Amino acid sequence: MSVAESTFYGLCAAALVGIGLYGLIVNPQPLRKILSFNLVGSGVFLIFGVVARRGAALGMGGDPVPQALVITGIVVAFSATALAVALVVRLHETTGAATLMPADAGEPPTP
Amino acid sequence: MNMALLFDGSLIVLILAVAVWTMAVRNSFAAVIGYATYGLLLALAWVRLAAVDAALTEAAIGGGLTSVLLIRAVVRLRSSESAARAETPGRVSRLLAAVLAGSVTAALALVVLTLPEPAPTLAPQVAANIASTSLGNAVTGVLLSFRAIDTLLEAVVLVFALIAVWTLTPDPLWGGRPGPRYELDENGMLAYLARLLPPLGIVVAVYVLWVGADLPGGKFQAGTLLAAMWLLAIMAGLVEAPPISQRWLRGALVLGTVVFLAIGFAGVPLAGAFLAYPEGHAKPLIIAIEAASMLSIALTLGLLVLGPPERGA
Amino acid sequence: MNTLPTLLPEATSAGGYLLVLALVLPFVGVLAALTLGGRHARAVAMLALPLGLVLSLAIVVEAVRSGQTLVYLLGGWAPPLGIALRADGLSAVMLLTTAVILLAVACFAHADFAAPAAGGEARRPFMFWTLLLAMWGSLNTVFLAGDLFTLYVALELLGFAGVPLVCLEERPETLQAALRYLLFALIGSVLYMLGAVLLYGAYGTLDIARLATLVRPEPAAFAAAALMTVGLLAKTALFPLHLWLPPAHAGAPAAASAVLSALTVKGSFFLVIRLWLDVMPGIVTPAAGQLLAACGAAAIFVGNVVALRQKRLKLLIAYSTVAQIGYLFLMFPLAAGLSALQLPTAPAVTGGMLQAISHATAKAAMFMGAGLIYSTLGHDRIADLRGVGRQLPMTMLAFALGGVALIGLPPSGGFMAKWLLLAAALTTGQWWWVVVLVLGGLLTSFYVFIVLVRAMAAVDVPLTPKIVVPRHREAVVLALAGLSFLLGCVALLPLDVVQIGRPALLPAGLQ
Repeated sequence: MSVAESTFYGLCAAALVGIGLYGLIVNPQPLRKILSFNLVGSGVFLIFGVVARRGAALGMGGDPVPQALVITGIVVAFSATALAVALVVRLHETTGAATLMPADAGEPPTP
Repeated sequence: MNMALLFDGSLIVLILAVAVWTMAVRNSFAAVIGYATYGLLLALAWVRLAAVDAALTEAAIGGGLTSVLLIRAVVRLRSSESAARAETPGRVSRLLAAVLAGSVTAALALVVLTLPEPAPTLAPQVAANIASTSLGNAVTGVLLSFRAIDTLLEAVVLVFALIAVWTLTPDPLWGGRPGPRYELDENGMLAYLARLLPPLGIVVAVYVLWVGADLPGGKFQAGTLLAAMWLLAIMAGLVEAPPISQRWLRGALVLGTVVFLAIGFAGVPLAGAFLAYPEGHAKPLIIAIEAASMLSIALTLGLLVLGPPERGA
Repeated sequence: MNTLPTLLPEATSAGGYLLVLALVLPFVGVLAALTLGGRHARAVAMLALPLGLVLSLAIVVEAVRSGQTLVYLLGGWAPPLGIALRADGLSAVMLLTTAVILLAVACFAHADFAAPAAGGEARRPFMFWTLLLAMWGSLNTVFLAGDLFTLYVALELLGFAGVPLVCLEERPETLQAALRYLLFALIGSVLYMLGAVLLYGAYGTLDIARLATLVRPEPAAFAAAALMTVGLLAKTALFPLHLWLPPAHAGAPAAASAVLSALTVKGSFFLVIRLWLDVMPGIVTPAAGQLLAACGAAAIFVGNVVALRQKRLKLLIAYSTVAQIGYLFLMFPLAAGLSALQLPTAPAVTGGMLQAISHATAKAAMFMGAGLIYSTLGHDRIADLRGVGRQLPMTMLAFALGGVALIGLPPSGGFMAKWLLLAAALTTGQWWWVVVLVLGGLLTSFYVFIVLVRAMAAVDVPLTPKIVVPRHREAVVLALAGLSFLLGCVALLPLDVVQIGRPALLPAGLQ
């Protein structure tokens, strides 16, 4: 695959970010928001992958710096997903709530 | 039109189609299955972008572990699903969201099309300096030497995420075991797989770790594989998830980071800088860090999937 | 168009090793607390925090002594291949502020989060002390890292430490608040990273100092600036992205609220400064600076007005944070305006930083004071505060002093900050920000006054406290409030520490 063709993957990634963002805003279920967040994240990583591919040089198929950062990014995104899922499940089991209430609906706090 | 272009084109169309379906489908379980498929397709895209390390990570974590996590959650959240669906925002908000998402995509597309030619790259710098680490895999060199601080901080991220998940423990259950109790079905398929696969998985993981110095692979991919084997054994009822207050567990969780820090600080007197390796000893030290980290990563990833404690010790 | 020759070669500076220690110490604390178990977590924190204070003092002293940015090349690798830790005046001051406030919070929370007398570890104390150390390490990483991707990881760390602090008390509404906070934090960091990716694609480096010399006005840079800014604003809770903040900050335990409101939001704000003044001053347009400050002005009005309508003290203080965050963003058009007149940007930048530090100390004191009031009364309804002034005189004095700093009366840090911003606004002819500053102070004074009047009202029968608050806890709150009250005296210092390592004028572009 030539470097120019990697641009198609770049456009695909741009679309993925948009699809994920739309889902993130529109979908009321927290779990589906988390899914959308992962879609946005994967689109961002894919753009980085295209950047890496364009930087191929000296027998390396791509610039290894962004390739390495993508690995770090995927692991970080997984950690975030795990925390978000744990929160959603705990919230569900405490309240049975299915969505995020409006910001002002919360009961007053204690210290 | 050549075969490669046809393949890339079909792959991209397929990825986009699965992504849209994942967002649009009403049933959350179906959406998660869609996401798992998406992860595997994306791994293929990574191979096509000549990033095999990233492909392995995406397939293992993005496609595999994330999907397991989400499926477990969907099953538990099922009772609330129809209520939530009723709260879909109105047409105007959806239109605004579409305009926003569309403009971001358009801006990104413009940037992708106007990226400089020839592309700036650090590949020559990596090539010029990789010899000092005696590693054959440039990505491992970046992760463990040139940008070691990122990898160290990432190990800290995993620990923080686990601490945050554990914060959600109901007070009386603190120190208990995460996840439900899985009953062992001696003749079941799961028990059969859980006996068959882990020995193989461990061998493959050690291999992936070992070759990671020179070929694609490394501690994350190996650690994810180990975590998957562990989760399989737990879900088949062969082993129990450990109580989170166990001292050995805590020690094993921080082992990788502690070894990383110790070798990092040893670099101050021996190699002139924090996170530098003494001349000629880089490779064995890096493999030591990777081996210790693999264990900690496997445990952390597994425990992140299992969630906060749900029963006593 | 390659890097400026003055930038190369970069080497580890004298005292650079201090940066490594400041970065690593809190994380070592987290690992130690996790391994040793909950019964020792508090001891670990109480040991590490004073050490950290000494370290940050040493960094300030070293920066003042050398008059330059401290640098440490990690692994001996110079950017762009490697990563540098850097501490200019801005970083040094924030490191010190963080250490001081966290130590005060730790002293305050010492009794609240003791391990149980018998048995193993308990969740609340174990988590509180571990998360306090985690928050500290994340903030130090934000202040020290010189690389956009390392900063991305630091931002995620900040979120992972902040979210569980919000839901330390596991009530449905705090879990809700934590989830909303997490979603904002995640979308914020993913947008930030998207920007960083575009910058790497265009310039082949993630190093801040290098990017500063390379960034040109073109699509990649504009898109990156917009995405990163929006992402960071979501994390800083600038209007209109502020809705997650009040329930999150008001629902946490008092000590945690203090940390979240005083420090956590300043972490992402710090990166906005880095981005706008250090990475891309050359491409940010004046209109963008005005827009950012307009969001700030809206935050000041909305935050203050909504704060006035609150019935609970902690929610009032949380909405006041929304307003005070707004002030932080007035510095951007003012710095640009000064630069356009070929004048040093120091008044605007120092004013903005002083506002950040003044708010941090005052707000930490006020949240902790609210915690003491809640302990004494068993509630924090503003309408029923009568008599609390007699019961907690030091706390109410602290509240008053903190309020003075928020309003911006002399000699508080808030006064000095607003004075500098006001002067910059007048110099550059941007009179509309003068109006915002004056009206904002007036609105703030209303709610500070209401709380004080209610609390100081005389009672016929002295109220019986639910819990008798030990005097030393009040003393900690008062000390922190006193600090914010006297912070304006930094004007008497012979040297402006914030300006160490900064160019006096911004490069062309923001002008």
